[in-house]
Amino acid sequence: MDESINLVLFSGTDDKLQAAAVLTAGAAALGKPVNVFLQYWALDAFRAERIENDHGLAPEAGAEGRGHVDALRIAGQASWAETLRQAKELGGVDIQACSLSMDLLGIEQEDLDPLVDGVEGVTAFYLNAGEGQLIFI
Amino acid sequence: MEMLEIATRVDARGLSCPMPIVRTAQAAKPMTSGTLLEVLATDPGSVKDFAAWCRSTGNDLVDQASDGAVYRFVIRRK
Repeated sequence: MDESINLVLFSGTDDKLQAAAVLTAGAAALGKPVNVFLQYWALDAFRAERIENDHGLAPEAGAEGRGHVDALRIAGQASWAETLRQAKELGGVDIQACSLSMDLLGIEQEDLDPLVDGVEGVTAFYLNAGEGQLIFI
Repeated sequence: MEMLEIATRVDARGLSCPMPIVRTAQAAKPMTSGTLLEVLATDPGSVKDFAAWCRSTGNDLVDQASDGAVYRFVIRRK
């Protein structure tokens, strides 16, 4: 199973990043190459000094959703950043920052968490994605 | 029936998806072909996930059981 899985992360809330981390780790466990492309608010959440912060939830979560997410965390669910670290340990996971979003947010590569492997443009992302599936979150 | 000698054990009880599979994939990596891996999990999704993971990766799910709360999987390394 060598076809790649390609995720474009746009949203920077903890629930959407958690969903993305689960999809990444699952694909990595199956031995698939995974390319993750960080744009806009998702990229902002990967700043080294903020990655462990509370990034809020998507608006549809509401107060009840907040309660469910908190309960799972208290029960010991790994954070999205920790889930991604474990996925990277399995190998085959490459996380790249979108160069346009870096400019937009005024971020330098040294500002980013070591989870991020590098910076690239959308053309390089598509080239690496090849014929693999693409998921936008 | 021959005795099954477990070479590696993964305790994934209490872990939510996808961690039982992630821990299993990590543990299986250095194992020698033909040796056995035992996994304990409480995630109800793990029944379908372990079947799918074994089918995709070519590892052999040789035994599975549940007491209703804990699922036990025995996998022979490809």
